[in-house]
Amino acid sequence: MQDMPSMNRRTFVKSTGALGALAAVGGAAATGANLFGATEPALAESEEKITWGHCAINCPGRCSLKFHVKDDEVVWVDTCTSKDAGFDDPQPRACLRGRTYRRWMNHPDRINYPMKRVGKRGEGKFERISWDEAIDLAATKLKEVIEKYGNEAVYLPYATGVSATTARPFQRMMNTVGGFLKFYNSYSTAQISCITPYMYGSKQSSGSTLSAAEDAELILVFGSSPAETRQGGAVSHYDYAHMREKTKGKIYVIDPRMNDSVMGHSDQWLPINPGTDAALVAGIAHWLIKNDKVDTEFLHKYCVGFDEETMPEAYQGKSMSYSAYVLGSGYDKVEKTPAWAAKITGIPEKKIEELAREIAETRPLYVVQGWGPQRRSNGEWTAWAIMALPCLVGQIGVAGTNNGTREGSNSVSLTSMPQGTNPVKASIPCFLFADAIDHGTEMTSKNAGVKGVDKLSVNIKYMINYAGNCLTNQNGDINYVHDILSDESKCEFILGIDTVLCDSMKYADVILPDMFRFEQNTQIGTGGDNAYMITGTPCTTPKFERKTAFEMAQLIADKMGTKDKFDEGKTEEQWIRDLYEQARAKNEMLPTFEEAQEKGVVVTKGKKKISMEKFIADPVASALDTPSGKIEIFSEKLLKDTVGWEVAKDDTVSGLDTMALVPAYIPEWYGVESTTDEYPLALGGFHYRGRLHSSWGGIEELKEVNPQEAWINPADAEPRGIEQGDTIHVKNEFGTIELLAKVTPRVIPGMVAISQGAWHDADMSSSDHKARLDKGGSINTLTTHRPSPLAKGNPQHSNICEVVKA
Amino acid sequence: MTRYAFHFDGTRCTGCKTCEMACKDFKDLSVGTAFRKVYEVTLGTTERDANGCITSSCVSYPLSMSCNHCDDPACTKVCPTTAMHKDPETGLVSVDADKCIGCGYCHMACPYNAPKVDRKKGHSVKCDGCAERVAAGEKPVCVEACPARALDFGTIEEMAKLGERGNIAPLPEPTYTKPNLYIKASADALPAGAEDGKVVNPLEVM
Repeated sequence: MQDMPSMNRRTFVKSTGALGALAAVGGAAATGANLFGATEPALAESEEKITWGHCAINCPGRCSLKFHVKDDEVVWVDTCTSKDAGFDDPQPRACLRGRTYRRWMNHPDRINYPMKRVGKRGEGKFERISWDEAIDLAATKLKEVIEKYGNEAVYLPYATGVSATTARPFQRMMNTVGGFLKFYNSYSTAQISCITPYMYGSKQSSGSTLSAAEDAELILVFGSSPAETRQGGAVSHYDYAHMREKTKGKIYVIDPRMNDSVMGHSDQWLPINPGTDAALVAGIAHWLIKNDKVDTEFLHKYCVGFDEETMPEAYQGKSMSYSAYVLGSGYDKVEKTPAWAAKITGIPEKKIEELAREIAETRPLYVVQGWGPQRRSNGEWTAWAIMALPCLVGQIGVAGTNNGTREGSNSVSLTSMPQGTNPVKASIPCFLFADAIDHGTEMTSKNAGVKGVDKLSVNIKYMINYAGNCLTNQNGDINYVHDILSDESKCEFILGIDTVLCDSMKYADVILPDMFRFEQNTQIGTGGDNAYMITGTPCTTPKFERKTAFEMAQLIADKMGTKDKFDEGKTEEQWIRDLYEQARAKNEMLPTFEEAQEKGVVVTKGKKKISMEKFIADPVASALDTPSGKIEIFSEKLLKDTVGWEVAKDDTVSGLDTMALVPAYIPEWYGVESTTDEYPLALGGFHYRGRLHSSWGGIEELKEVNPQEAWINPADAEPRGIEQGDTIHVKNEFGTIELLAKVTPRVIPGMVAISQGAWHDADMSSSDHKARLDKGGSINTLTTHRPSPLAKGNPQHSNICEVVKA
Repeated sequence: MTRYAFHFDGTRCTGCKTCEMACKDFKDLSVGTAFRKVYEVTLGTTERDANGCITSSCVSYPLSMSCNHCDDPACTKVCPTTAMHKDPETGLVSVDADKCIGCGYCHMACPYNAPKVDRKKGHSVKCDGCAERVAAGEKPVCVEACPARALDFGTIEEMAKLGERGNIAPLPEPTYTKPNLYIKASADALPAGAEDGKVVNPLEVM
């Protein structure tokens, strides 16, 4: 275990506040601010103190934040860093966004008081109310809804703006009053999380660390930009830069966009049409089979379904194996030659053959995918195909390999506050909550992926949206969701909790003012190649009338008569300590809580993890938790699980009336093969450096240097008269957005790329979706609300559009 | 006398701008002013052939740069009041706000886009190499902020071992002002003075 670099002399002398501030945060803290928000200076002299905190946004980074505080105000935000740290010394350094927290915490739009809605839902008009009134409104309505509709009518939407060991108090509170409608899936990984258990099971499927690729000779990165998606100093940004420098392996980054992880290393870019990765894999598989380069021994020993020999009994002789798909003897009866794949992927036939040869002849092979390829209408099969690639050549479970899923990580394992038991059995895919508001009672296990029950018994009537922007901004088809949310007869009450008025908060009936995790006691464990834990104390006293989420849930529980059940008589700080002790009992390397608080940051160097090492070493003793115990390249279970499902024609391979049972290429509903004269360009999103999803979307200093742009190739820009920096409109059947053009050869011709997460900014008063011009440039004004076939997940990169000069 | 220089490792930088934002927070800069900026140079084409197949000659690389605290600074030469000056001990170039009249000559003369007149303050502003931190034995905020470890700062002798002096497009030939910026160039980087090496993200850096 490595202690973090000591503070320098000046800060050390003045840093007595780290523990001192803790004492100041007792019960009186919440009411410490006066009416106008001014607080008494905490220190008589203008001495600088230091507190540690962590970022809590939806990124595994959760990087360290080192607050320099004077007169109870943060004067600047540093991070865990030291001048002498070598390239091999991991430090969870905050990214550009973490460095702007001072702008966010002091932003003029920060929510300071409880408020109630006075305009229409979505208009964003609120007026200040007292805490008593706010809690009374929220609790009274909650009682009413539970009484009238039952607990299944209460829903806590997917919301990931806060991560810490005590970040889910509202779930716990709801479970003290009879539970709530659950969700499964995430907006990040719906399709890959759904398909992976069919192929690899769920217990041994996690990926190798990026550090494992140091030992690889060939590294294939499908649709991933580790430098952009997790930008901190001890997650994939650093890990990738580190690996790239250490490895001797040749790297290919297969992506329609030359993403920032390629910058400076442009020869590593292999441009591909979006959504066609499974066709590339099929083309490669064809070459491998024809040239006798598949690792048949591996495929027969560890896998089922590659060829007839390992097909489940009931499916033998039916040409339903993966090789039957590839060779054209089964399924759509099309031979998946490299020439076939070239037409679909846009990768020249010769290049596919050359790549296949490299894959056949280079050992070890490290195949990794990001979560972009799976966030598509064919994402389940795309992710599956990429994972099948290393199986074809037996490159799993040994040094320098990965099983084709996203890279794995190390972490400091901490215990989170238990949510209690939820008596409500029903669960919905998180992407479909708007449908469950609008027509929940029509949603079943067969048509909408409802789990736990055959069908929903009631529509959603009450929601608690804590630190989430998935009601509108991050969901598919904002205009569709707006129409449902703005109808107050549907969802009768929405409680919103956040730090700023993001688009989703505009639909709340009551808003409660949240505190950042670094403004309260907090703890988190996370990591990448290396693991770390951060223990934070409040950087300042609570300002205005903001409270912690724990306090808010406690107040509602009190009103509902279940406070004792909720808090068990403990404060949040006591909870954090107790939870930490539980984790510490299982890990003797962890310091005492007091030490953890004083150090702030504790980093542990991680070992290289090799995915599925145990299974490959002993496939019998360490069998996978798939039906066969082996890797399934053909899944019988998938068929059984979807008996009676409504399968649309374009959800599967042509000629099939069931889901595809092998990792086949399925053309996207909205993609390179389904563009139209009206909307001739494919459109996809990507993670932007200036935001983490929509978090930080309102920070001017970040927007200035990370402008909202649509990447468009000169071949598409020129005929439209579009030049670099022009204001343009990007439109399709779902809506229109306005943003700037980035005319660049870093995106393929035929595709427009727009960073996801920009704040939606449209006049929604018109009932015509196309008239609601989104000047914020949010891609979700243009994304569909139709869920992917199997996972019922968000296919937010599968879109088509047209672009015009504004 | 210990004179200092920056090092930029173009093989590690991914253009994330953490250096820039860390500086802005530490130096309390708002919209409109940045002492360190990240330039994107992109050239080449990505095209489709008659068969719909994609070929690319595209090359793209980032450059993070602040004031280069040149040995022969253009800004100090044109300053009519000596406000812009080079510290004889450290070599760091900074503005004496009391002397500066905000004429903007330094801004126009600098080939590295470093000084700028802050009209609200009424004088030039620029990177001072975090002189106070350096005096206290630390490195500039931007350097210690970099998640990918692409920046460094130290004596000219140390930094010169890590890279080549100012040799990267879109910078002019280093002989002009003798910048104290030592660069380890990525495979993509073009040499200083290369005509193709144009900045493609002007909105973000001007």
